[in-house]
Order: sequence, then C-alpha cells, then structure tokens
Amino acid sequence: MTLSANNLSVLFGSRRVLHDTGFDALQPGQLTALIGPNAAGKSTLFRTIAGLVTAKSGTVMLGGQNLDQLSARKRLQQVCFMPQFFTANAALSVFDVVLMAQKQLAGWRVRTEEMTAVAQNLHDAGIGHLADAYIGELSGGQAQMVSVCQALTRQSEVYLFDEPTSALDLRHQLDVMTRIRDAMRARGAVGVMALHDLNLAARYADHLVLIGGGKILAQGSPDQVLSDPVIAQTYDVEIQTALGPRKELNVHAYAD
Amino acid sequence: MTEVVSDPPHEVAALVGRYRNRTFRRTALLLAAIAVLFLMTLIDVMTGPASLSFGEVVSVIFSPSEASAQHRVIVWDLRLPVALMAICIGAMLGVAGAEMQTILNNPLADPFTLGLSSAASFGAALAITLQWSLIPGAGVFFVTGNAFAMAMLTAFALYGFTRLRGVTPEAMILIGIAMLFTFNALLALLQYGASELQLAQIIFWQLGSLARASWGKVLTCLIVLAIVVPYFMSRSWSLTALRMGEEKAASLGVNVSFLRLTVLAGVSLLAAVAVSFVGAVAFVGLVGPHIARIVVGEDQRGFLPFSALAGALIMSGTSIVSKAITPGVIYPIGMITSLIGIPFFISLIVSQRQRHWQ
Repeated sequence: MTLSANNLSVLFGSRRVLHDTGFDALQPGQLTALIGPNAAGKSTLFRTIAGLVTAKSGTVMLGGQNLDQLSARKRLQQVCFMPQFFTANAALSVFDVVLMAQKQLAGWRVRTEEMTAVAQNLHDAGIGHLADAYIGELSGGQAQMVSVCQALTRQSEVYLFDEPTSALDLRHQLDVMTRIRDAMRARGAVGVMALHDLNLAARYADHLVLIGGGKILAQGSPDQVLSDPVIAQTYDVEIQTALGPRKELNVHAYAD
Repeated sequence: MTEVVSDPPHEVAALVGRYRNRTFRRTALLLAAIAVLFLMTLIDVMTGPASLSFGEVVSVIFSPSEASAQHRVIVWDLRLPVALMAICIGAMLGVAGAEMQTILNNPLADPFTLGLSSAASFGAALAITLQWSLIPGAGVFFVTGNAFAMAMLTAFALYGFTRLRGVTPEAMILIGIAMLFTFNALLALLQYGASELQLAQIIFWQLGSLARASWGKVLTCLIVLAIVVPYFMSRSWSLTALRMGEEKAASLGVNVSFLRLTVLAGVSLLAAVAVSFVGAVAFVGLVGPHIARIVVGEDQRGFLPFSALAGALIMSGTSIVSKAITPGVIYPIGMITSLIGIPFFISLIVSQRQRHWQ
C-alpha cells in the first residue's frame, strides 16, 4: 500500500507548523528520507501521519484508506512511529521494552512464541547481550538501538523513524540503516525516516522528501533532490554531490 | 529484521530462558513477600498488653469456636481489625504512591505531594474545631467523612485545574504543592483558634493511628482495593509504557490523557479512604514503591503488586513497632513511618538506583 499526504495544515495555537502541504505516494518496500533543517516540521509531519497530532485540514491516505477514519488504536497498528526522544530512565529491562511492543500493550501472560520473537529481534539487532539490563543503565546510543528494535518488532504497513541514528557511532549508523532498509524491503512496508545526515540519506534512501518552513519543497530520487538548487537555499549552504569510490552518492556542504 | 532467522539460535533460546528465570524470580519474590506478610500479621496480633503466644493466636484465628471468650475478643474484636487495617492501608498507600509516581513521572509523588493528605487533615480539623460536617448525616463518622470529602474535593479540583491547563505532569505536581501549602495554612489557622483539647485531637489525628480500625473499615478498604486495583492491573502495559515518556507511550497506542485521568481518579479514591481512616501516615506511599522498584523493577506486572505488598509490610511492621516500643503504650503510626522513612529516603537519594530518575 502506498502512503500519501495532501494539503496538510497543522496549527499549534496560532503558530502554523505545516502549511497546506503533502507528498506524493510513497511506495511499499521503499525507504524515504525526510530531510530538512531544524524546526522544518519533520517531527510534526510524522506525528500527524501517526495521528498523534490532529491536522486542521488535509488527508493522509494509506492505499485507498483515509487514516483519519480509523480509530487511534487501529491507526497506530498500521502506522508504527518511533519518536526521536523518549525517557530512558526507567527500571525496565530491555527485554520488557521490546516485549511491550510485541504484545501491543495487552495481556499479562507472555506466550513462548512472543518471548521467542522478542529474543530473535534482540539477537538480530545485535543487542541480545543487553536484554537483562535496565533501559536506564544504557548509553544514549544503546537506548536508541533498543528503540529501533522495539519499532521493528511491530508488524505495520508504515514505519516512521524520527532520527534513528542521531546518537549512534559510525558502525552502528550503517548497521541500523541497513537493517531498516532491508526490513522495509522484506515486509513490503513504507519506510520514512527523518535524517540530518544527507550522506546516509543519499546512500540508503530510495526516495528523498525535502521539507522546510512547514512545506514540502522537493521530492524524488536522491540524485534529483540533492542536485535541486532549492536544497542549498533551504539549508543555507552550498551543496555539491559526487560519486564516491564505491559509486555511492556523497554530499559535501560548505557554509562560506 | 524479524524475517531473519539466525542459525544456530543459541542466543535466542538463552534469552528466552533468562527471561523465564527473571519472571520466575519475580513470582517467587511476590510469594515470599506474601508469606512474610502473613507471618507479620500473626506477630502483629500477638503483640500487645495481654500477651498471646504464637500458637494461641493461630488457634484463635483458625478455630475460634475452641478459644476462650476473652481470647476471642482480644483477637477478633481488637487486634485482627487493626492488623488487617494496617495491611489494607499500607497496600492502598503503596499502590496510590506507585501509580502517582508513574502517571506524574516523578519519584516524589505520593498522596502528600498532591495535597490530598493535608486536605484530609484540614477536613478532619474542620470537624474537630468547628463541628462542621461536609457530609450530612455522617453521624459519628463525621471526622472521617470530612477528611474523605476534603481529599476527594481536592482531587476533583486537581482534575479541574489540569483540564484547564492541559494534563501535564509538571502542572499536576505544582498545583498539588500549591494545595499542600494552602491546606497547611488553613489548618494552622484552625489550630490557632482551637481550644487545648481540640488542638490535642487535631495533632493526634494528624499523627495517624490504627486504633480507629474496625471490621467495617477493613471491608470498605477491601472494596475500594477490589474496584481500583483490577483496573490498574488491566492497564499494566500502558502504565509501564508511560514510564518511557508520553510520546513513546502515545506512539504505542496509549491514550495518555485518558489513562492519567482515570488512574488519578483511582489513586485519589485509594488515598482519600486511607488517610481519612487512619490519618496522615507519611512516607508509606513514597517509600513502598521505591522498594518495589529496587526489588522487581518497573514492569507494572511486578511493580504494582509489589508496591502494594511493600506498603502493607511497612504498615504491618509499623503496627508491631508502635505497640512493642513501650509495653502498654501505642505510639502514633505516622510518627514511626516517618522515623523509618526518613533514613530510608536519604539512603535512596544517595544510592545508585536514583539514576533511574535522572
């Protein structure tokens, strides 16, 4: 199923955060990077798609279904949203944190297959050794990996990741990007990821969406969007792209 | 990620095994705490001016028809209601504190922080000094009735404010503290104009006492627990998720505002009934959940029952200590819980576990 948004407007009090904007149908099995400067409206767009923020106008469509017509719970089963920030100070084991997503917050009894699914996810994410640790005892990067693992445990049509690599070292950034991209392909799900690192976006995303000042300014393949003059204006930098040694697209930015 | 099945899945099996062990350990701890509580209840019934042996207590409780009339009166009419009341009040305050800390995301939240206890004290003082009854027809229960009515009114006021302001945990705590100081000031005003006898009564009420226990009150507490606790238990995962932050919980499907309001209503009922029956008992609602957090963590499936048990154990222990310090004298429980609570509280602040709230 494709995901699209049309004419979305969101107001926080009198402040307009999204201005009558939208994006074209995002394809299943593909990863889209949502890029844009700070306070461009990336997180608000995600919250609006997930139904955590009510749009003043506009629609979000998944396949032929208007998501506003679904109950909040049903919508969050179809749209998995990983927020950028969460409180990681609780005395909760990593296993329990992933398990709560696996169980969709229902039922005291944990079946063997549910435990196995959680264990498998932790193992695949390379964080099996953290399973018994409290989330409050982890480093920021480890907690972020748990959060990604928790999101990928859920079976949804759409996955929204708000800066999933912001606290990770180089190796783990690449690992997490690969896992998310592969999971979207394997599940045929729509993946959207807010990213500040344009190199990661260029390398892993099938599609880029540029947002600035609460409006979608450009969308298309990484090559198209990164070579569009609007990106330099939006970030207020000079941007050059070049192919790297492995034919990957590299982005260079200059502020002077 | 879920599609990749690793081979060989040794780690997966080991992880499942370790999780099973932890669940087993948690259940064993809960059962052990229940056993200790049972034992402490018997010791509580044993303790008092007319000393009864362990065997006598057991036989009077389990085969009352064979016991002497005097022993039956001591155990069934005097001591058992007090011992069971201690357990009920401890459990109520433990659960109230645990869920207040959870929904407000604050380690200092308990019935005192939200001003419910000081509101109850003010209500009781209104009855004692001015003979005002907030519940018409409360009869001999008008002090208790006033305390309950005032605590519930405060809880309703809290809802009102938080709905105006939008339900944020910070707003609730700040309004709670404002309530606390307001009621303390009003209480001081009443105390200033009170006679010596009334003053003594108010202070005695504030210090907290289990001497006002009765089978009727025990039953009331059990009914309130039976209404509130199953609801909290049915929301275990949602409450657990809330500890990861409002947005994370919302993204997992928790209706955060609704959950906060309903849990606050339940918590208010527990706290209002508890403080109106035994007075302002400090620290149980604060310390009970912290013990539970250290022992079983914050997965509500363990945290909730263990907070209740920890609160019950503290109150039961307090009841024993209050009778055992000086034979023939029953010290106010509020004083003892504070004296036990303060050193514990300080050790908690300086301990490692505090990092869970950084």
